[in-house]
This record gives sequence, C-alpha cells and structure tokens, in this order.
Amino acid sequence: MSDPILATHGLSKRFGALQATDDVSIDLRAGEIHAIIGPNGAGKSTLIKQICGGLVPDAGTVSLLGRDISGLSTGARAQAGLGRTFQISELAMEDTVLENAVLGALGARASPWSFWTRALGRTDLTERAKSGLDRVGLLDQQDMIVANLSHGQRRQLEVAVSLTLSPKAFIMDEPMAGLGAEGSKTMTSFLDGLREEAPILLVEHDMDAVFALADRISVLVYGRIIATGTADQIRNDAQVREAYLGEEA
Amino acid sequence: MKLNERAINTVVLLGLLALPLYALVVDEPFTITLVTRAVILALAAVGLNIVLGIGGLVSFGHALFFGIGGYAMGILAYHAQTYTTLNLGFFSTGGTKLMPVIWLVAMTVSAIVAYVIGKLTLRTSGVYFIMITLAFAQMFYYFTISWAQYGGEDGLSIYIRNDFPGLNTLVPIQFFAICFVILCSVLFLYARLQASPFGLALNATRQSATRVEAVGLDPMKLKLLAFVISGAVTGLAGALFADLNRFVSPTMFSWQLSGELIVLIIIGGVGRLMGPVIGACVFVALEHFLGGLTSFWHIYLGVILLCIVLFARGGILGLLTGKEGAHV
Repeated sequence: MSDPILATHGLSKRFGALQATDDVSIDLRAGEIHAIIGPNGAGKSTLIKQICGGLVPDAGTVSLLGRDISGLSTGARAQAGLGRTFQISELAMEDTVLENAVLGALGARASPWSFWTRALGRTDLTERAKSGLDRVGLLDQQDMIVANLSHGQRRQLEVAVSLTLSPKAFIMDEPMAGLGAEGSKTMTSFLDGLREEAPILLVEHDMDAVFALADRISVLVYGRIIATGTADQIRNDAQVREAYLGEEA
Repeated sequence: MKLNERAINTVVLLGLLALPLYALVVDEPFTITLVTRAVILALAAVGLNIVLGIGGLVSFGHALFFGIGGYAMGILAYHAQTYTTLNLGFFSTGGTKLMPVIWLVAMTVSAIVAYVIGKLTLRTSGVYFIMITLAFAQMFYYFTISWAQYGGEDGLSIYIRNDFPGLNTLVPIQFFAICFVILCSVLFLYARLQASPFGLALNATRQSATRVEAVGLDPMKLKLLAFVISGAVTGLAGALFADLNRFVSPTMFSWQLSGELIVLIIIGGVGRLMGPVIGACVFVALEHFLGGLTSFWHIYLGVILLCIVLFARGGILGLLTGKEGAHV
C-alpha cells in the first residue's frame, strides 16, 4: 500500500477535565474519501482544528505527504496543500463571488504582495478562479455579492475557493450542512468525482451522504476513534451500533 | 437618488481645485488657506482609510503619525532656522528647510513607528485595538508636552514656510498646489492599492481573517503592511499641516484629532476613495461657518454624525450613490 497523503499520529488534546482528542491516529490515502462521524461533542471539530492549525495538540503530530506539518501556522499548512472548507461559511460576504475565488487563486500563488496590478485584471488569477467556479456551477453568479447568494450557493463557493488552491488533500467540515435534499445530492455527486483529484477527509452529519461516499469511515466517540472500516464494516460493528448509530441502524 | 460615484469624485476634485482659483481671482487668500487645510486633513484621513476602510482596523491613534510628521518638520526646520545641530549620536545634521527632504523623513519615521506599534497592537482586535492605539498616541502627546528642547507644551514656531524648489511656498495658491498634487497622487495610489491583489486580500481580511488564513495567506502581515503604509501617508499630511500653520505643538498628537479623522471618514463614506475628501470638506466648512457663529459648533457636527450613523451607513457618498460602503 502506498504512503498516506495525510496522517495524524497519536493526536491528543485535553481541555481541563475533558479529553477532547484521545490518541487519534488516522490516515487519508490517495483517491479516497475518509469520513469521520460521531455524535455531537465527540471532538470532530477539535480534531479538524488540530489538523489544519489553529489549535495546538498536547501530543501527537500531523504529517502531509510524509512531511511533519505540526509546527506550521494555519496559513503555512494551507500553502503546504490542505484545502479546508468550513462548517459555517467563511467568505468575504461583501465581495463578489469572483473576488472570493480570486482570493483563493492568490493564496495558491502565495503572493498578495502586488500593489500595482489590478487583481481582477490578472488573467493568471481570474482563469484559475473561474475554473474553480465553473466546476461547482457558480460561473454564472460570478458577479453576485456573496451576501446575496443562497445558503447552498455559499457552500458551493466554499468548495470552489478550496479548488482554486489545488490542494493535496481536502478537509471538509460538514459540506452538506443545511443544503436540503436536492443540494445534498448534487454535492454528493460532486464530491464523488473530486476524490480522484485529491483525497477528502470528510466530517459530515448526513449519514446518507457518508455511506454513499466514504471509502472508509472512522467513528469518533469521546475523542477516541472506536472503529475504522468500510461502510459495511461500520454498519455491522457492534461497538459502533451501541455507541453511536443506536436505533438508527 | 443614485449618482455615479466616479462622476461625484470628479466633481469634488474639480470643485476643490476651482474654489482656490476663484479665491485667487477675487483676492481672498484666506479661502485658499481654508481649502488647503481641508486638503491636508483629507490626506491624513485617506491614510487612515487604508487601515480603517479596507482593513477594518479602527485605529484611534492616527494623530500619532500626524504628530510625528508635524514634529519631523518642526525639528528639522527649527535646527535650520536657528543654525544649530541636531545630533542623533550616529548622525548629525543642521536641519533642513527643504520640503521633499522633510516629507521623506516624516514618512520614514512614521512608517518605522507604525511598524513597531503594528507589531505590538495588531494581535488585538475590537475595543482593545482602539484603546492600545489611543494609548500610544497619548504617550507621544505627553512626551512632547514635556519635551522642553522643542517648546514643550507651547510648541515650536517656524517663522518661514519651508522651501520647495522652483516655488514660493509663502504664496497661498502655490502651497495649495503642492498639497493638492500630493492629495491627488495619494488618491491615485489608494485606488490602485484597493484594486490590487494586496487590496483584495486586505479587504477579505477585514471580512473573514479565517478565510484568508485558509487560503494560505497571513492576515497579520497584510494588516501590518497596511498599517505601515497608512502611517506614512498620515505622517506626510502631518508635515504639510505643520507647514501650513508654520507651527507644531503637542495638540497634533491629541486624541481629539484621532477622533476627527475617524469622523471625517464616516461622514464621507468608509472605505471609499473620496470618502475622506468629502468628509474633510464638510468638516472644514462646518468648522469655518458654524465655528464663526458659535464656539459649540461640535454639537452640530455631532448631530450630522448621528444622522449618518443611524440613517446613512455609507456616509454622504453612500447616500448619493445608493450603495452602502464597507462595514467595519
């Protein structure tokens, strides 16, 4: 088996008496979608923050393409190839859709230190931005102000911005949140194709989407991974049924 | 009412140019000086607008850079007019009366101070940032009050306005021309900056620093550079202001002035190219006309500010163009 693209080794984080992350070692292999599920408060967001930066773990490391990125800032990890989307849209709401995508393209170029050229006149930036928008189907909305977009369109834009970064791995925090049945379906089929480009670490509450998409699923309960396996394995895992899926399964 | 912003901008700039020319024809030099004052305040506020309007950083201490510019001019010109030496240990000079040199010194010192203060303050946000920037400006204010060598509380008088090659700066219209050209140049730079990749990233930082980090850029560096550029521009305005009055005193560092610069921007339109210019014109006009009627003219300024904050978030420009400006 080839080396994983992204891996955590023994990540631990404690907040006072609460063990939010407990010796978590997961990996993300090329071409796969690895979903992390778990009940509310299981520590999914805490785990993502430790992977992407912004929260320093008490112990453990994160590596991307074999390189330890634990010591890097959030920005440097993004430069290294982590493409993150947020549970609650983090976008420049007063700017246009295109401007948000161009920001991503700027990040990919790692150089905002240009003061004289027009950002929207730079074809190297706009081409990259537009191709990202095109892929999520937002090209026609490129001149709209983000604040005027629907919730679903903002979720699409989140993905488009991360596409402009051409990341080595995607970290997606509930991309389906609030999408509704139809939007959820569209996003599911889009992510399905995206895994070939870069693997996706997917945190998601929408179980239909998770079981439809994930090559592997890890179940996080009280900060600990209690099981990792294929959709079928997880469905039939006694411990998982008891701890998490309950009567749902 | 919806007007084209570009058209408004052109009209305002042409008006700002036409009024002193008219005053020249009818021989009203005081009006020229008044407009020059508006131009210089506008320049200071354009500097502040870079961090406040694009970057969303409410600096309540921009009088600091205004004062540094003022004292850069005052100290250099003081040594030149008294034929004394300014000894900085590693470097000594007899001062200078040459404007371009003074401007360069004012901008450089302001930029260095902005870098240091930015490094220390930009980690904070919201009310803490406001308070810390205020605190730094107050430190300089009290320092200059006790700086006996340069006049302390009484300030420094510079008897003859500094020189600009080829011009007689004591003629009001010529000094106005210098200030107006500088304002136009800085406005041009501001417009380029706002549309540039740096401006786009800085503007995004104001709206979501998390997003900017997630695409791999460093919001701290963006804000720091904006703060340095902003400080340099306001410092340049300070040097011109001191030259206009041929006087510099600790009041240039006062928190009232920091507040007034913010007020100018809010009146005109936050984050808009000409917002500070329109704000400065309104401010100076009120100060002149209402100030002549009552010494409590700030009450009326307060009423205007209140109306704008409550009913016209985009300032005068927002009202005229029907578009709200940036949210801070």
